Amino acid sequence: MPITLERVPNQEERVILSMGPQHPSTHGVLRLVLELSGETVVRALYDIGYLHTGFEKSFESKTYTQCIPLTDRMDYLCPLANNLGFCLAVEKLLDIEIPPRAQWIRVLLAELTRIQSHLVWLGTHAIDLGAMSVLLYCFREREDILRIFEMVSGQRMMTSYFRIGGLALEPPRGWLKRVEKFVSAFPSRLEEYEGLLTRNPIWQGRTVGIGKLTAEEAIAWGLSGPSLRGSGVDWDLRKRQPYSSYDKFDFEVPTRPEGDVYARYLVRLEEMRQSLRIVQQAMEGLPEGPIKADAPHIVLPDRESMKTSIEALIYHFKIVTEGFQPPVGEVYQAIESPRGELGFYVVSDGSPKPFRCHVRAPSFANLQALPKMIQGHLIADVVACIGTIDIVLGEVDR
Amino acid sequence: MLPAGLCNGGRALELFIMPSHLDASVTLKKVREFAAEAVDEVRQFRGELTIYIRADHLRRVGEFLRDEPELTFKFLADVTAVDLYPSEPRFEVVYHLLSFQNQERLRLKVRIRGENPSVDSLVPVYPGANAFEREVFDLFGIQFAGHPYLRRILMPEEWEGHPLRKDYPTEGYR
Repeated sequence: MPITLERVPNQEERVILSMGPQHPSTHGVLRLVLELSGETVVRALYDIGYLHTGFEKSFESKTYTQCIPLTDRMDYLCPLANNLGFCLAVEKLLDIEIPPRAQWIRVLLAELTRIQSHLVWLGTHAIDLGAMSVLLYCFREREDILRIFEMVSGQRMMTSYFRIGGLALEPPRGWLKRVEKFVSAFPSRLEEYEGLLTRNPIWQGRTVGIGKLTAEEAIAWGLSGPSLRGSGVDWDLRKRQPYSSYDKFDFEVPTRPEGDVYARYLVRLEEMRQSLRIVQQAMEGLPEGPIKADAPHIVLPDRESMKTSIEALIYHFKIVTEGFQPPVGEVYQAIESPRGELGFYVVSDGSPKPFRCHVRAPSFANLQALPKMIQGHLIADVVACIGTIDIVLGEVDR
Repeated sequence: MLPAGLCNGGRALELFIMPSHLDASVTLKKVREFAAEAVDEVRQFRGELTIYIRADHLRRVGEFLRDEPELTFKFLADVTAVDLYPSEPRFEVVYHLLSFQNQERLRLKVRIRGENPSVDSLVPVYPGANAFEREVFDLFGIQFAGHPYLRRILMPEEWEGHPLRKDYPTEGYR
């Protein structure tokens, strides 16, 4: 029996409408069941699981390093943020120190990821509400960022670039020029999007006062990220519980008190500006030094040293065939992904494979507020509300 | 086990310890003052505090942690479970709480037995627990007493078994 809503007797004018899972505005395979009175939503339920692939079960039969490519595939719009969250969790478990250069590059790429994820959000959100051209511009800029990812990791989307203990490889020569080019071009592009939308009366008509959430509601429903900050809660893990040297960067956390779709739009736009500031600082202050931690039992040795040192060869063989064995224990590491608090809860029993790895997916929690947000609004506003919580179904269903 | 040289004596730990205006032990002290009989065991690992709560006190303690003005764990970040099959008590239900005010995290755990596993739902205290508890119910088969809409959320309705249990094969039943 698929999930549905029971018809309330004696209210024959109500219509039960199933929206999705194949629907262009549900950002993947989200299914909504709506009870409508005319065009107004009276009640709503969401139905998920269409993309469930059992990542958490798969983690248990892979070594820690083998888990990294799986994390890419959960939230396919910000693979590097997922890599970062998982690597930080395992590094916390192992208690190893990451060299500054690796941390700076991680921050730089994580912020580029945030910008490119927000660009996809902006483009799809705008096209949902009828502004077609924004999507085309956003994808143009996103392409520049994906090219940078390709240069660094060899992949556009499934990057798997961060490793437990550092980075996979030293980025190629000339990559910073690419980043620089993007950083200098992007602010004017951002102005263009703002010019198309921010003061546009149609855009404001579709977003102002829609999908309102108060700060108390947002906290109670477990919302995080821009969706929480759009309700006036000043909470950003990069500032409040800094990881990966975010405390060494100067940036601001934008918040808006209104709690509607428009407020969340403004928050995300400002976040892109702040991310750009971080990218610029990371680029200018990029320290020299190693990109991998000094932990030969955990981090794969360089190709070069494998040919000259027998220890390196042995470590390489052992790490690849057996993996490494973290101490018995459990950690929870949360990072600020573009969508909110992305947490990895890793339990180790001392074997080379995680005993249990749970992902606290921000989209999964944020989606809970959707039925509340759309209650009393028109069907056309439902797509505005789906867009504004910026869900990625790969992460919701895992 | 890690060779001793790899654990550089807490130096790296500074990077990761969550900054906290309150000492973690203040939370523990408060919880003990409120209900000493509820605390089963306390663990600390890598700067993270875990309090094991006896199952019948869970909702009380949750309410206390949320409302106590010095603690204000208003944000339930996550609910999940761990299956310790074949040992008993088989399941641990894990709650991650966060206090915006103190910038502090806390992990609550409840041990429950493998036969008809059930624990009180935290939805009346934290509405955001709804989907997470449904997920645990779906993938572990743990009942949450008092949950308003406890049905499968990720797996199909007619699915048999609970995939994240340790006695469920990774490749599924064939």
